[in-house]
Amino acid sequence: MKKTKNDIIVSLKDIFVEFDGEVILNHINLDIKDKEFLTILGPSGCGKTTTLRIIGGFLQPKQGDIMFDGENINSLPPHKRNVNTVFQKYSLFPHLNVFENIAFGMRIKKMPKDEIKKRVKEMLSIVDLKGYEKRSVAKLSGGQQQRVAIARALVCDPKVLLLDEPLGALDLKLRKNMQWELKQIQQKTNTTFVYVTHDQEEALTMSDTIVVMNNGVIEQIGTPTDVYNEPVNAFVADFIGDANILNGIMIDDCRVKIFGEELECVDKGFGQNTPVDIVIRPEDIEIVKPEQAKLVGEVTEVVFKGVHYEMTVMCKGCEWIVHSTECAPVGSIVGMKIIPFNIQIMNKMFIAEKNTFYAEVISSNKEENRITVSVEDCEFDIENQYFEQGTKIAVTLPPSALSIAGDGVGHINDVYIESVIFKGEHNEIILESDKQKWLMESDVDEQVATYVPLKFDFTKAEFKVVEGEDET
Amino acid sequence: MKLKRPSIPYIFWMVIFTLIPIVLILYSSFTDRNGNFSFESFSKAFGYYDVFLRSLWIAFISTLICLILAYPLGYIMSRQKASVQNTLTMVIMIPMWMNFLLRIYAWVTLLQNDGPIDIMLSFLGIHTTLIGNQGAVILGMVYEYLPFMVLPLYTVMAKIDKGLIEAADDLGSNKYIIFKKIIFPLSVPGIISGITMVFVPSASTFLVAQYLGGVDDIMIGDVIDRIFWSDQNTGSAIALILMVAIFVFLIILNFFGDEEAVAT
Repeated sequence: MKKTKNDIIVSLKDIFVEFDGEVILNHINLDIKDKEFLTILGPSGCGKTTTLRIIGGFLQPKQGDIMFDGENINSLPPHKRNVNTVFQKYSLFPHLNVFENIAFGMRIKKMPKDEIKKRVKEMLSIVDLKGYEKRSVAKLSGGQQQRVAIARALVCDPKVLLLDEPLGALDLKLRKNMQWELKQIQQKTNTTFVYVTHDQEEALTMSDTIVVMNNGVIEQIGTPTDVYNEPVNAFVADFIGDANILNGIMIDDCRVKIFGEELECVDKGFGQNTPVDIVIRPEDIEIVKPEQAKLVGEVTEVVFKGVHYEMTVMCKGCEWIVHSTECAPVGSIVGMKIIPFNIQIMNKMFIAEKNTFYAEVISSNKEENRITVSVEDCEFDIENQYFEQGTKIAVTLPPSALSIAGDGVGHINDVYIESVIFKGEHNEIILESDKQKWLMESDVDEQVATYVPLKFDFTKAEFKVVEGEDET
Repeated sequence: MKLKRPSIPYIFWMVIFTLIPIVLILYSSFTDRNGNFSFESFSKAFGYYDVFLRSLWIAFISTLICLILAYPLGYIMSRQKASVQNTLTMVIMIPMWMNFLLRIYAWVTLLQNDGPIDIMLSFLGIHTTLIGNQGAVILGMVYEYLPFMVLPLYTVMAKIDKGLIEAADDLGSNKYIIFKKIIFPLSVPGIISGITMVFVPSASTFLVAQYLGGVDDIMIGDVIDRIFWSDQNTGSAIALILMVAIFVFLIILNFFGDEEAVAT
């Protein structure tokens, strides 16, 4: 058994989980440092709760190892792990009062009665519930129940406390309070916290480390500052905070082209003339006089947000969000200045400008000028095209030729929506079918992590005959 | 308390079919054949005290056996997939679709001398009488009322949040402790309603003992059945005593339930 570094308490190695053929966790690796507040952040269905359940022992991975303090704990049941969980629904025992709920773990360990009493009392004062010992848990408010759940888990003195969206059921004000309190508790008790949430603000506020997950993989691990300022891709940039995400071309090191305008930046190593994603935070854009900036646009909307104004600027056919303490009136023409340091360049998540798929013609009709093709176990007709039966063809479609079938009948059904990112003029949607990924442009907001029927507009398509061997 | 208009038909129903019969029973218990006030029927009724005690005893034993059989079954059912749960519920319900009397006759056929079970046992060299004793009566009762014990237990146990079991596991409980500290205490309401639903009807049941039991095994329900037509007053008095006994039993049982401080 390999001994990991001393400061790493939990280590997930190459964890793979699937249910009914659907991949939930796709070979993830994660090291959790001792005594840190680590947050796993991601949209619903990204696999964050599954990761937590693997650490807690409620779920066995299909592949991979869970190391705890350097020891493999794959086969250890939850009750033998030095880990406690605060469940999403709290799961307090309804037949026991507050005292007995908190004492539950210690009673099982057969600790002396005085000790139990002392520690429950201590714990109640930490979670700010002094004098609540005899209350029935059913009669507590959501926030109080939540604190009992934390106390119940913490009193067992775990090395790692797992928290599964514990603030999800609370109202905003209570949530803010509890965020602060949780952080305090973590520092007071000096325990490693692994916190799961889909709320980016919560993650930024509380964490030492943020792990951003999507589609069963870890997109980025870093400090809150890192993931906010240096997102690795458009998904992370979009998920954390407000962002203008744009398509650009990296001409050379430190030179990037956006909408035909060449701008200076500080990123290197993307090669030459590489398509990239660019993120510019709304607060990093400075509103200046039109003649002072390369990017000029018209203010179309202004919303006062308290601390700042949120302005929408139409520039080069794109909507830009700008946060500024000074207000430019609607209709005015403004320049937008961005210092090179604030232009963040990221690799594209999926490099393709067009979609190409390979199909086999399974029947053709010369008179009606129509063919039937087969792609990924789906068969459909293409009008106004003719190829001999048995020909293999390559069909190339621009992102705008793809759409989601409103009537539920697409050319390819059950295509998974991997990401939806607003790129200023339209949504850029990345989809995944059995054999390939697809890039789609849409003005409609689609729900990530759902399955949809995909439809093609063949009037925009290009067709090419290919040899059988070329099909890759 | 203000009553709403829609409750009127039900009140009407209760008055006609519950209240008036009870008043009539009360009246006829405390009168003699000529309609004069008298305790005569009660003194006659207490003459059947041995039948009374036997009925309560048989009901108690049957309820206990039902509980012992039904508890694990209810627990196992509650752990299954939803589709399996539905099928099992169905299977348990099916015998209840058949006529009560028919089910008792079926047992008579099975248990009688030279019946299938008797023949099988004699092959094994066991010669005994299976029918006409208290054991057969209890068997019939258990068969009759088992579903009434299984269903409430299963319903209560199926309702126990899986999250609680995970939480207990998380806090260091093995399977045995989970059962002792979580599942059992939370299933107490099911146990109580199961006992109520089995004990109450089996204490007052009739016919089962007549068919499956011997001459000395008749139960209080059979006594009421037998004497009511000839002596309405004594019949009423017995019924009243039985009612009070069951009522007292229910109060004790519910008190026990409250003691457990169960919340769902």
